[in-house]
Amino acid sequence: MSTKKARILEIEPLTRVEGHGKVTVHLDENNQVAEARLHIVEFRGFERFIQGRLLWEVPVIVQRLCGICPVSHHLAAAKAMDMIVGVDQLTPTAEKMRRLMHYGQIMQSNVLHFFHLCSPDLLFGFSAPAKKRNIFAVIKEFPELAKKGILMRKYGQEVILHTAGKKIHGNSAIPGGINKNLSIKERDSLLKDIDQMIEWSQEAVDIAKNYTLENLGLVDKFAHFKSNHMSLVREDGALDLYDGKLRAIDASGNLIFDHMDYRHFDQYIMEEVKPWSYMKFPFIKSRGNVDGWYRVGPLARMNTISFIDTPLANARHAEFRLFSQNKPVHMSLAYHWSRLIEVLHCAEKIKELLHDPDLQGSDLVLTGARREEGIAVIEAPRGSLFHHYKVNENDQVTYCNLIVSTTHNNTAMNRAVTDVAKKYISGKAKITEAMLNHIEVAVRAYDPCLSCATHALGQMPLVVELFDADNNLIDSNSQFISKQPGQP
Amino acid sequence: MKNQNKQILIIGYGNPGRQDDGLGPALIEELETLEAGDIQLQSNYQLTVEDAYDIQAFKQVVFVDASLNATPPFSFTEIDNTNESALGSHSLSPHAVLQLCETLYQQQPKAFVLAIRGYEFDQFEEELSAKAKSNLDQALNFLTTWISQNA
Repeated sequence: MSTKKARILEIEPLTRVEGHGKVTVHLDENNQVAEARLHIVEFRGFERFIQGRLLWEVPVIVQRLCGICPVSHHLAAAKAMDMIVGVDQLTPTAEKMRRLMHYGQIMQSNVLHFFHLCSPDLLFGFSAPAKKRNIFAVIKEFPELAKKGILMRKYGQEVILHTAGKKIHGNSAIPGGINKNLSIKERDSLLKDIDQMIEWSQEAVDIAKNYTLENLGLVDKFAHFKSNHMSLVREDGALDLYDGKLRAIDASGNLIFDHMDYRHFDQYIMEEVKPWSYMKFPFIKSRGNVDGWYRVGPLARMNTISFIDTPLANARHAEFRLFSQNKPVHMSLAYHWSRLIEVLHCAEKIKELLHDPDLQGSDLVLTGARREEGIAVIEAPRGSLFHHYKVNENDQVTYCNLIVSTTHNNTAMNRAVTDVAKKYISGKAKITEAMLNHIEVAVRAYDPCLSCATHALGQMPLVVELFDADNNLIDSNSQFISKQPGQP
Repeated sequence: MKNQNKQILIIGYGNPGRQDDGLGPALIEELETLEAGDIQLQSNYQLTVEDAYDIQAFKQVVFVDASLNATPPFSFTEIDNTNESALGSHSLSPHAVLQLCETLYQQQPKAFVLAIRGYEFDQFEEELSAKAKSNLDQALNFLTTWISQNA
């Protein structure tokens, strides 16, 4: 009688992604991967926490949701509140200030992800020793690259500081507008380095593009699967990260819907619940829950848009589309290339806006006819971010529903980990750390934000656990990533 | 970073929307109301890579964070960059920031961690717990004295 058993392998938490999550790999008695699942602990309590709050407070309070992308939540909530206070078109100063803030946010977030979270995998290989796959090794071998990454990230943060008013809990975007403009002094401090940022952004696109082309054998088989894609696009089809209409395409690039008013998103998008995940699985209603799942984020945006309205990024987008013969790109690792094209676009847009005198305008806020419901979509660094609120006659929030980018990408990330697990783990007698890192690389490509935004010293255990089919723990080890001050 | 001629940088970090996780920014808010000497103050949700750039200009740096492990009311520990650190997430440990600073900019500010004991972290709430508030007061008293002796 065989003593072999089916088992479940857990990778928890995932490293170099934000927040706490784990992957379980389900192995049969012959070590063949049956399925892999990404599990995310999402704190749905936030949507109840926001109920009863005054609508004016919401754009500030939602930043508590996440310490990684507070600006995206700040702006999405402000846009939803614009609708509630009856403002469908902001003043030029208000809209341009918000856009400037948003470009700074996407720039710093995408830069951090590429230079400091993913570059160790790309520069040293997915199977490099774990001790080498970190930012310190990158610094040792590529110090100038690391310095550029830091200064680009810092620049994006400075844009946020000058537009949001504060580094933490910015409060400038308010229902109906903005509460500050950009002073000449602030403008000039940002103008000083913007040409350098554009130059470095172009270099960064080259790194990501060359990586993709030089490693096409790997990139083409690593978490490469067909899917639908969705994002906002401008009226004329251009990339628009702040506002627009929703466009979805199928795996061949055919339109599923276009120019869809996101205020009616619930007519097009549904969410499915699965018993093993805290997170919902959204899908396009007309395609059904089996075929209707889609990807969002940089790769999806490069696939859905018709062009980019800044010249350098547009040329890079044209290269990207030429590479794919004008068909959607489905390789998960192409998220990196896409992400860097967006950094270049943001740097160009920042420069364009800094030269726009509207940013020094004084017409900041509008009011209109009050509504009871507000819905907003913004293209956050990781993808489309939906905020939906209802308020009562006392201006108190009575309903809140958020669909974050990571939720939109839920099915795609599960496909990615299954694909990689089957290719790199299936049938192997011994499962190594390097094999497990391949799974993490697949998740990292999507830059998921699993964050609950809580951190405290000494709370980052890295645990890998092996269970048999009866859920008995076979083996485990853990380590703490950070030292615990206050402890001997 | 402005005021690079200042002697001491104090960075408080944490999320004020998650109860006692906000102890670090809360301490910075308190210090901002005081005339606490030749210091530069900074708040953020967490430590990040660009903090390595910022701290290079200072002789001394104090990292202030909530801690689940510190002996109440707080611990104050000098740290160095000899510990193996990793960028495990978008956030960094104080040791990692120091390591980055030395590796990239060849600067080694003297660094301390003020770890204030917190108790409640699990809810979306902007209030510190009563025990954490008491620990914050004691940490603030300690730090203002320390600043007056070191600035």
